Amino acid sequence: MSKTPVQFRHNGVDVAVFVDGGANLLTAIREGVGDTAPKFGCGQGTCGVCTVLIDGEPHLSCITLAEAVAGRSVETADGLKNGPDLHPLQRAFMEHFAAQCGFCTPGMLMAAKALLDKNPAPSRAEVVEAIGGNICRCTGYEPIINAVLAAASAGPGRQRA
Amino acid sequence: MLEFRKEYFADERDENLNEIGKPTQRQDMVGHVTGTTTYFDDHKLAGLLHLKVLRSPHHHARIRGIDTGAAERAPGVRRVIRGADVPRNLNTLLSLLNFGKDDEPTLAVDKVRYKGEPVVAVVAHSEREAFEALAQIRVDYEPLPAVFDVEEALKAGAPVVNETYPKNSFEYHGRYDHQKLRFGDVERAFAEADHGLEERYQMSPIEHAPTETNGCVAAPETNGRYVVYTCAQGLFFSLDTCAKILDVPSNKLHFVGGTVGGGFGGKVDSLTEPLAILGAMLTGRPVRYVLGREEEMQFGSPRGAERIYVKDAVMRDGRITARKVTSYFDSGAYTRLSSYAVIKCAAHIPGPYTIPNVHADVYCVYTNRVPATAMRGFGVTAVDFAIECQMDKLAHLVGIDPMEFRILNAYRDGDMKAHRREAKNTALIECVQVAAEKAKWPIREEFRRMSSRAGGGGARAAVPHTPGTPAGGARPPAPQRTTYDRPPQPAQAPIFEPQKPSPSPPSPRQPTPAPATTQHGAARFSSVFGTRRR
Amino acid sequence: MPIAVKTCSSLGEAAAALSTDRGARFLAGGTLVMRAVNEGDLAVSTIVRATDSAFSEIRSAGARIAIGAGATMAQILAHRELDFLHPVARLIGGPAVRSAATVGGNLFAPSPYGDFAAALLALDATVSLQGGYGAREAPLEECLASRERSGGLVASVSLNRPASPGAFRFRKVSRVRPKGISVLSIAAHLPLSGGRATGARVAYGAMAPTPIRAKAVERALEGRTLDTAGIASALAVAAEGTNPATDAIASAWYRREVLAVHLRRLLLNEPER
Repeated sequence: MSKTPVQFRHNGVDVAVFVDGGANLLTAIREGVGDTAPKFGCGQGTCGVCTVLIDGEPHLSCITLAEAVAGRSVETADGLKNGPDLHPLQRAFMEHFAAQCGFCTPGMLMAAKALLDKNPAPSRAEVVEAIGGNICRCTGYEPIINAVLAAASAGPGRQRA
Repeated sequence: MLEFRKEYFADERDENLNEIGKPTQRQDMVGHVTGTTTYFDDHKLAGLLHLKVLRSPHHHARIRGIDTGAAERAPGVRRVIRGADVPRNLNTLLSLLNFGKDDEPTLAVDKVRYKGEPVVAVVAHSEREAFEALAQIRVDYEPLPAVFDVEEALKAGAPVVNETYPKNSFEYHGRYDHQKLRFGDVERAFAEADHGLEERYQMSPIEHAPTETNGCVAAPETNGRYVVYTCAQGLFFSLDTCAKILDVPSNKLHFVGGTVGGGFGGKVDSLTEPLAILGAMLTGRPVRYVLGREEEMQFGSPRGAERIYVKDAVMRDGRITARKVTSYFDSGAYTRLSSYAVIKCAAHIPGPYTIPNVHADVYCVYTNRVPATAMRGFGVTAVDFAIECQMDKLAHLVGIDPMEFRILNAYRDGDMKAHRREAKNTALIECVQVAAEKAKWPIREEFRRMSSRAGGGGARAAVPHTPGTPAGGARPPAPQRTTYDRPPQPAQAPIFEPQKPSPSPPSPRQPTPAPATTQHGAARFSSVFGTRRR
Repeated sequence: MPIAVKTCSSLGEAAAALSTDRGARFLAGGTLVMRAVNEGDLAVSTIVRATDSAFSEIRSAGARIAIGAGATMAQILAHRELDFLHPVARLIGGPAVRSAATVGGNLFAPSPYGDFAAALLALDATVSLQGGYGAREAPLEECLASRERSGGLVASVSLNRPASPGAFRFRKVSRVRPKGISVLSIAAHLPLSGGRATGARVAYGAMAPTPIRAKAVERALEGRTLDTAGIASALAVAAEGTNPATDAIASAWYRREVLAVHLRRLLLNEPER
């Protein structure tokens, strides 16, 4: 079977992977790069557990053709922490009990990061809007919203490199 | 936020608690927020094969023939699996407890009984190749009449869904088609009541919709063992189920799991494990079988639908004097856990209320729907919904505040429940009091002062005369008291006006005798299930 | 057979690739094509994509605006001159869907999706279709009606700015907020002349297999004032010509029942609930 090479930047590091024709970015990241932080939840772009940032914008990696990210920069939840130091969003998620089963968490974190990178002091409504495409079946969302607001007031925008 | 109402039952509780009331970080939280928690699909295995399943397009059909020839020759296919390849192609989940008859094949052989039922599995190098091979399988179906309504399914002449249970209802104790609860004389109470109210409640099936779909990866280990990475909620339940279906000793299987991407009850059925392990056995390679989202919604078992009829008798002063419930569980085409849900339902009627006459018939019914399974309080949730709707309607009927109406009818310590067990450690009155306070719902002072510990027992501890049961309404042996039980309170004046002459005068409350024999937990469990043989 | 991916530098090349291969599907945002591929849809054997930057450009000249079919909902939201379409684009999916979902793709989204197409229909948009041998213009309504069998590739959508800022109205009715699938959506362009509606265009999403115009409503509004008395006859014919589906979101019966309620709220400009 023929494979297609795709090169892109993954959490700041240049990577090259071979993919099958029609393979999605999620498969390229999980099986090609070996980063299993983004999850498969629906393959339909409806649940948000595969959310990654492409050139800073939130995207659903399951409905993104792998070849379409050639030469672009992809960020996943695996790249959030800085060495041993957790990102303010990660700390806030821990402190606010914003995860139960944890399956939506990597996507939820990236949706929240996309918001805070652009809007360091969002309103509650803006947080709700930002995670509106991410389904959580455990928490009922309130702890997640509170965590994102707490991370915002802790100033991730200012702490960004 | 969490709040402790220590004024309630303060004398029963140790105040020096080390964990309760104090936040504790989850041990898995760092993994969750760093995306490093390992779910079943996060294991990387060399030479991984993919398993996909051909499903029935019919609700009910006879299988005349299956032609897998082209699929076996299709590119990338390593193995086609049919019903005949499954060592024990008939199982029921609770057979591990000797409860119920084997009624569900892993792959359908003679008939399909619901839309989405697995018929043939294909193991291939890629998912795409597996899909392409599935498209080449020819199944010759003869569609049969289907039944989707629980009451229709119980009528004479209805299509037989599952030949293991030809009456379309689960068989309890080898001969009963439903669970029965009889306490007192509801018909007499209905005749004497000031008001009657009969309503019908219908609950739909509910899909758990976990963000992680059902799935697993099985791979050969050394020494003839197979490792299974799985999302199973009941890891060892699933292990034993697979050992039975695959006819191998359970020590041949090594299950790794416990990390579940959302379960809510929908991951107890071993939907994928038996076929994935069989695929690994037949190919000698790691095999991954994960449901797509559409499969999860169509084939992943839901909370079963329930139809519940409730008929109550109520007096002008607010006393409920009789409750009659007829309930039908829609089990779908196979039993899975609905037989047990029915027992839970019957054990929950008439809700947390002291009602002197109770009558219930609860059925586990087979229809041509996706088999139902566990989901958050299954067996209790729906009947509670029905009962609490009914409580509001009754309160309205007699013109009493719905909160006070619940307090009035709430069970209290020392009351006899319809199951002939003494109510202990009750707390409904206090719950309603706090709920009213939180909702700023005014209730009268006398209701604010009532307590679960006062006013119970006495006449309320009697087992009434029950037509059709051994004469005298014999009192059951007193259940064992544990250190967790509240001590019995001295009998007090009944909270209601003395009842009209009852068929058999209540016997005076007897002091609780010391338990004659210690009841073993397993024996009590078997008394619920009734057919334990081992 | 593994799926083949054809990356084309021009729309003409892409259109030619599509016309010669029955298993070819054009990939824009991925919300439809990648979903089908992920679910194992064997009808898709070739994915055709275009890297032509004009495909996603938004150009305005006077009152006329041309939106490249590859423009995303996020691009619409970032474009100031398209402010009248922001309330529509904001209701398409969540942020991650909006950074992928395209204007062109929305024209092909099966019911109950396709809310943006309903808005374009109310705004009397025209579609530029690229074939293998050239381009042609067609009314959006015609394009939607033949979308299951049309051979061309949508290159862009053109429309006029609404007559006045308040003349264009849009409502999406969903059970879940902020990101819910439509029970139905209603878009209306309601130019007023002397306080009376003239040349009103009303379109529905999720009320038929494709977004459709509510022509009976348009006729009933002609020359009427947008008040309770003026819209009464329009509400009476609200469901005329509709053919909604029963799906996981709502039954056909429910959609027909609530349609006039939401049409009334839109026409009277009542606040969203």
